[in-house]
Amino acid sequence: MKKRKLGRGVAVVGAGMTPFNMYPDKDSKDLFVEAYLKTLQSVDKGVDPKDIDALYVGNFSNDFFVHQAHWGPLLTDILGIAPIPATRTEGACASSALSFREGVFAIASGFYDIVLVGGVEEMSKRTTEEVAEGLGLALVPYEMQIGFTFPAVFGALATAYFQRYGASREHLMNVTIKSHNNAPLNPRAQFNQTIKDMMQKAKERAEKKGQPVPDWKDEKDFLRDDRANPSVAWPMKLYDCCPISDGASCMLLVAEDIAKDFTDKPLYVVGIGQGSGRGLHATPELTYFEATRYAAQEAYGMSGLKPSDIQFSEVHDCFSIAEIIHTEDLGFFKPGEGYKAIADGMTKLDGPMPINTSGGLKCKGHPVGATGTGQLYEVWEQLRGEAGPRQVPKKDLRIGAAHNLGGTGGTCTFTILERR
Amino acid sequence: MEKSFSDISYNQYLNEDKLMGNRCKKCGARYLPPRPICVKCKSTEFEWFEAKGTGKLAAYTSITVGPPFMVAEGHDRKNPYCVGVVELDEGVRIDARILGVDAKNPETIKVGTPMTAKYLHRGEGENMKTYLAFEAT
Repeated sequence: MKKRKLGRGVAVVGAGMTPFNMYPDKDSKDLFVEAYLKTLQSVDKGVDPKDIDALYVGNFSNDFFVHQAHWGPLLTDILGIAPIPATRTEGACASSALSFREGVFAIASGFYDIVLVGGVEEMSKRTTEEVAEGLGLALVPYEMQIGFTFPAVFGALATAYFQRYGASREHLMNVTIKSHNNAPLNPRAQFNQTIKDMMQKAKERAEKKGQPVPDWKDEKDFLRDDRANPSVAWPMKLYDCCPISDGASCMLLVAEDIAKDFTDKPLYVVGIGQGSGRGLHATPELTYFEATRYAAQEAYGMSGLKPSDIQFSEVHDCFSIAEIIHTEDLGFFKPGEGYKAIADGMTKLDGPMPINTSGGLKCKGHPVGATGTGQLYEVWEQLRGEAGPRQVPKKDLRIGAAHNLGGTGGTCTFTILERR
Repeated sequence: MEKSFSDISYNQYLNEDKLMGNRCKKCGARYLPPRPICVKCKSTEFEWFEAKGTGKLAAYTSITVGPPFMVAEGHDRKNPYCVGVVELDEGVRIDARILGVDAKNPETIKVGTPMTAKYLHRGEGENMKTYLAFEAT
């Protein structure tokens, strides 16, 4: 692969997001306005909205979820920044990683200096079946027509991975437990309880109702219990799957040479990669994501960095097995070693390679079009030392990354940010 | 006239209980479902081949929460169904319903199980749809 480079440097100088949650009383416009206003407030030295040159916004399936398409101009209008150009990007669950990338390219080309990027999705007003159908639009046709669902594709990949590397459902549980340990430290997470907290509450509820009190020995015992954790698409059970969420996230990007006009702590885009996959029937092997490997190669090549230089990363964990496989595809662990690394605690908040300090999609929530820039928001807070109780306890935190996946691996991105 | 190397042709053949792919005339690479352009050598010169319909289970899942059309067929939490990926003897892989396995006890299903193609027809005439399935043998 040819070494990629930007025509000129690009920096992130502002970021904001709504907490991810179910919002019965807010629509996509309300959510995006909230993320936008928080982004403006986050710019240390301020920004005049009149100076924003363009908007790139990721959205996957609001056409289906709320029967409204053409989100670009709707959003520039509601933000009061029309008639600047607005472009919607769609890459299924990676839609806003693509808006970020397009925004970077627009500045790197020299065409614009100040660009707003972000994403939004409004899912929770539909039934679970409708959401499953809507998300299913991003499956490969051969998968969809014989009855695959999203969790089913990842379930099938898990069985291939188990067979090849000797992992089991017990190893998936480590991902769930870790995400639930990080999430209570994140005020924007949809679920803010550890598995232990949830077990305790379930016991109290049973006691109050005079029902038999479950006697789970530990978190894994709880996760093994089919009543507490029913199957969705075996081996994916309820606690292996991210929730249905609403939310929005935004970032303000500027040309590197004016970054210090906005903040003394800009983050620089040093690596930005994207790849495409091709479905279960055609992917080279069922135990890795070729699109993620391609995206990683592009981003590492551009940055001159190695996987061991990345100090922490958000990794797309729509389903528990996805986090395990992607930590291998991104080079953090060797193929077949990811599940062991997680079992050994390597990816905990205070481990040598923290993964999904935000709680991940599993606990932070996954309003699909808002997830890409939502993941980068976590990198923003961590690298600026603003992550509060979930701050990665490493000295001189300088390089963080986010990996985003769309569909069943059809669109994957890897973005590396640096604080200098 | 030869059928075009497309999904429409592939599905028409499934209606006739035929599992058809195409082979590149230049480099011999095989594709199933058929492709219009060879991934390996970029040629557009192809010929059809009929797969024997035998292979091994490469990956699978048992679904308790299915899409609306599977729910309409009577599948739910109490009646899960299996889908998976089958590696055919011809060296290509295809997604299929998986039959002849215990969907209620998915941990008993083994990757590597030998499989044979079955064709599940729904509807008739022009409205016929065929679901590709493989049964454990």
